[in-house]
Amino acid sequence: MTSPMRLSVQRSDVLLPEAACTAPRISLRLPSELRVIEEAVDVVAQHCEAEGLCGRRARFQLRVALCEALANAILYGNREDASKHVDVHVTVTDPAFTVEVIDEGSGYNPVSFEAPALPDDLEAAGGRGLFLIRQLVDHVSFNDRGNAICMVLRRA
Amino acid sequence: MMGFSVRKDASGVVVIGVAGQLIVANRHELKEKVAEAVSFGSRKILIDFTDTGYIDSSGLGALVSLAKKLRESGGELRLAGLNEDLRTLFELTKLDTLFTITASPEEAIQGF
Repeated sequence: MTSPMRLSVQRSDVLLPEAACTAPRISLRLPSELRVIEEAVDVVAQHCEAEGLCGRRARFQLRVALCEALANAILYGNREDASKHVDVHVTVTDPAFTVEVIDEGSGYNPVSFEAPALPDDLEAAGGRGLFLIRQLVDHVSFNDRGNAICMVLRRA
Repeated sequence: MMGFSVRKDASGVVVIGVAGQLIVANRHELKEKVAEAVSFGSRKILIDFTDTGYIDSSGLGALVSLAKKLRESGGELRLAGLNEDLRTLFELTKLDTLFTITASPEEAIQGF
């Protein structure tokens, strides 16, 4: 078993222009190491649970979706480059929890994000990550460059 | 925290328990545990998810690869102890049609 990495959490308030108010946000900056994923998911999930995300959404949907997004960012975005980081921002508002994962890679083709499907071959070893994210959260979007994913989970 | 336990049932089935998560960071360890069991001649492998919180797509992919390899060498991989959340993952990805999944490890062992 790996020992905890003691991730550092930054807290801030972000302005929501559309709502003309601010919302609390936590941010983490992660190294591009797969071993950080478990702890990062725990930190984010526990924060969201403390802020009112309940039941299956907190214990399962958020955890798996975030795990997928972090793995993609570390493996495919940053290619496990030790000089690159992954930023995670979690913004809490009344209706929803917004989780952004941003890598420092050159980006992925956003078109291929639109309607991810399961692999044709059921016995394929990969190709299920994006599909799962879309199934587990309420809304997914990507930036134009393709190095940032934004996942939204409604409170209920 | 993540971890794997390995025991051999009286009937010869190797039961590998997954504590915590089966994700990209530890899937290689599960593969190693299965490979070790196979190297000792075991062909009936049960993965027990009774103590598993969640699985990611890498974990699912590892299970698919392991099942295929075992089948090709005349063996069988079964899964047991999936909670409702984990069963949802298998249903969403249609992998519930690929594996023999039982509610309890005992049922899986009896069915080999």
